[in-house]
Amino acid sequence: MRDVAIVAFAQSNCQRDAGAQNEVELIMPVLQEVYKQAGITNAQDVDFTCSGSCDYQQGAAFAFVAGVDALGAVPPIKESHVEMDAAWALYEAWLKIQMGHAESALLYGFGKSSPGELPIVLSQQLDPYYLAPLWVDSIAFAAMQARTMLDSGAITELDMAEVVARSRNNALSNPYAQLKSDGDAASLLDEPMYMSPLRRHDCCPISDGACAMIICTVEKAEEWGKPYAVIKGIDHRIETHHIGSRDLSRSVSTEIAGKAAGVASGPVDVAELYAPFSHQEIILKQALGLSDDTVINPSGGVLAGNVMMASGLSRVGEVAMRIIRGEAKRGVAHATSGPCLQQNLVTVLEAK
Amino acid sequence: MAQLAAVVGVGQTKYKTKRKDVSIAGLVREAAIAALEDADLTWDDIDAVILGKAPDMFEGIIMPELYLTDALGCNGKPMLRVHTAGSVGGSTAIVAASYVQSGVFKRILTVSFEKQSESNAMWALSNPQPFSPHLNAGAGGYFAPIIREYMRRSDAPYDAGIKVAVKDRLHGARNPLAHLQLPNITMKEVEDSPMLWEPLRFLEACPSSDGACAMIIANEDLATKSPRKPAWIRGTAMRSEPTMYAGREQVNPQAGIDCAKDVYAQAGIHNPRKDLDCAEVYVPFSWYEPMWLENLGFADVGKGWELTMNNATSLIEGGDIPWNCSGGVLSSNPIGASGMIRFAEAAQQVRGEAHGHQVEGAKTALGHAYGGGAQFFSMWVVSADKP
Repeated sequence: MRDVAIVAFAQSNCQRDAGAQNEVELIMPVLQEVYKQAGITNAQDVDFTCSGSCDYQQGAAFAFVAGVDALGAVPPIKESHVEMDAAWALYEAWLKIQMGHAESALLYGFGKSSPGELPIVLSQQLDPYYLAPLWVDSIAFAAMQARTMLDSGAITELDMAEVVARSRNNALSNPYAQLKSDGDAASLLDEPMYMSPLRRHDCCPISDGACAMIICTVEKAEEWGKPYAVIKGIDHRIETHHIGSRDLSRSVSTEIAGKAAGVASGPVDVAELYAPFSHQEIILKQALGLSDDTVINPSGGVLAGNVMMASGLSRVGEVAMRIIRGEAKRGVAHATSGPCLQQNLVTVLEAK
Repeated sequence: MAQLAAVVGVGQTKYKTKRKDVSIAGLVREAAIAALEDADLTWDDIDAVILGKAPDMFEGIIMPELYLTDALGCNGKPMLRVHTAGSVGGSTAIVAASYVQSGVFKRILTVSFEKQSESNAMWALSNPQPFSPHLNAGAGGYFAPIIREYMRRSDAPYDAGIKVAVKDRLHGARNPLAHLQLPNITMKEVEDSPMLWEPLRFLEACPSSDGACAMIIANEDLATKSPRKPAWIRGTAMRSEPTMYAGREQVNPQAGIDCAKDVYAQAGIHNPRKDLDCAEVYVPFSWYEPMWLENLGFADVGKGWELTMNNATSLIEGGDIPWNCSGGVLSSNPIGASGMIRFAEAAQQVRGEAHGHQVEGAKTALGHAYGGGAQFFSMWVVSADKP
C-alpha cells in the first residue's frame, strides 16, 4: 500500500449544547481552518470529499445533506457519506487514493447530540427485535461490561478512576476539551455511583461539534510544501452484535484491526483511543498490546469531550498533529462504534 | 493505478409490499446467500462487507449494520455503511468496488436493502428540520414541479410519462422478482389512475417495496476463475451538488451531466446510445426517463421524449437502447436497494443472466442512481469484455 499523508486537521470546541447553530455553522469553521492549513481555497481544490454523521442525533432523515451546503459544491464535486464516525470516511478516502482515483481528499465529521437524550437514542441501534424494545441504553451496556471486568478481578474501581483522573489532567492543556480538572483518582472514588459500577465521570460527556481533515498522496503533500504525518496502516473490524456471545473484557475486533494495521511493528510513542467509558481504555490498551511507555490520550480523549461521529476522526487528527509538531515519531489512533466496542478502526501514523 | 474488478455474483430477494415472512436480517441474508450461490462461494470466501441503505428512519433502526453483522457473516471482518440518500445503492456498489480496485481486498460482499413496511418512508422524509423550509409532500411532491418545467421547455406530448409507466411495467412482467406484476397494463389504465402530484398519476409513481440486493465483487484473478461470466467494472463515478442554490438547473442537473461524462470517459463510451447495449436508470417517476435520456447524453436536450415515444427504450418493441428491462424503480422500489438493483441488473445483462428480460448479446451496460433533490449521482459501466 502507498503511504498517505495527513496535511491538515481542525476540530471545534466540544460543547454540551451548540444552541441554535445548525450543521453548516458547526462545519464551516473547521473546514475554513483545514483549507488554511493546506493552503487551498475550498472543496473544489481536492479530488474527493467524504463525511460521517448520524441522522438520529438531530432527528431528521438526510441530516448529512445539509452538510453539502458547507462545501461550496458548485460546480458539482465527487462526494460520499458514511452513516458512521468520520474515521470510516477517512478509510473510504484512503481506498480512493490507493486505487488512484484521488490524490487528495477532504474529510469531516459532525454531530449535534444536544437535541435528544443520546444514551436513550443509542438504544435504538440495537437488534430491533430482541434488544431495542428493552430500551437498554448505551450507559447500561457499558456498566454491564465494567461489572464483568470488576467481578473477574481484571480491573479495580481505582484503575477506572485513574484513567479518568489522567484524562481530565491531560485535558487541562487541550483548549477544545469540555471537561478538565486537576483532581486525583482517590478523590474521584468519593463520587456517588451513577449507573453502578459507573460513576458519572466514568462516562464520556455529550458534546456538539465537528472536525475536518485533509489527506493526500505524499507527492501532493510535497508539492503543497506542507508538513505532514504519514498513514502507514489502517484497518477496521466488527464483531458479533450479541453481547452474550462475546468476552466483554476483550475487544477481539480491535486485536485483529491492530495486527492488520501493523501496530506492533515499531514503538508507539502516543495513542489516542476512543474509549467512551473509563474501563474501555484498559480493554483497548490490552487489545492493541500497548506498553506503559506509550502516552495514552494526551488530549484527554473522549472522556474529556465526545462529539459523536467526529471523535474517531479527531483521534487520528490528534495523533497526526502531535507527529507534525515533532512531539512523537510514531502513534496509534483508534475509533469505535456500537455497544461495548462492537466495531473498531485502528490507524498507525508515523513521521515522514 | 486501479486494479481490475468484476461482479461475480448477484442475489436479489423477491420485491413486494410487505415481506412479513422475514426479519430485516432474514431479508438481507436472503439476497446475500443468493449472491454467494451465484458465485459458488461460502461466507469464508468473503473479505469484507459494505452495506448501504437510505435513511435509518425508514425502519427506525440506527446504523442497522451493527445488528446485521451476524446475519451477513461479518464477524471479525470489516463492515462499512454508506448513506448517500436515494443514490445510496449505487454509491455503495462503487465504494464496495474500491475495496477491490485498491488492491486491499480480493473479494467482498456488498448488500443494500430497505424494508419499507417497517415504517412509513413519506413520513420519515417529512420530519421538519430546524431552520429549513418544511417540505411535507414526499418525493413526488418535490419532483412534480420540476417535471412540469421539463414539459414546458421540451413541449413533450402529455402522454410521454404514461408511455414510460406502461413500458417499464411490461418489462417488469418479464422479471419474476419485480414487485408490480402488471402484464396487461394499458395506456388508458395509467391515464385513468388518480392524479397524485400533477402531472404524476398513481401508476406513474414507483411502489413502496421491501427487498434487498447483493453483489460479490472480486479481483481479476478470482473473477477469471469464477464459474459464471463476470461483469467487468469499466468505470465508476459519483457527483454531488447542493439541494438549492441561485441559478441551479434542476431539470437537467449539472452533477448528472458531469457524472455521466466521467464514467463514459473511463469506459471509452463516446456515444452512449450506440456504445451501450442497455441501461438501468433510476426512474422513480415516469417523466424521469425522458429527462435522464437527455441528462445522460442519450438524446439532445429537449428530445428525450422522442426516444420514449419511438419505443427506442422498449425491450419488447425491439428498441435500439432498452432502458430498465428489469422493470426499473417503477416496478420495484426498496429505496436503499433501488440504486444497487440498477447496478446489479446492468451486470446481469452483460453476464447474460437476465433471463426473461435479457437484451440479446448485451456486452456493455450502464447502471445509474440518483438521490436527494436530484443532486447526488452514482453510475457505473460494466462490460462482458475484460478491459
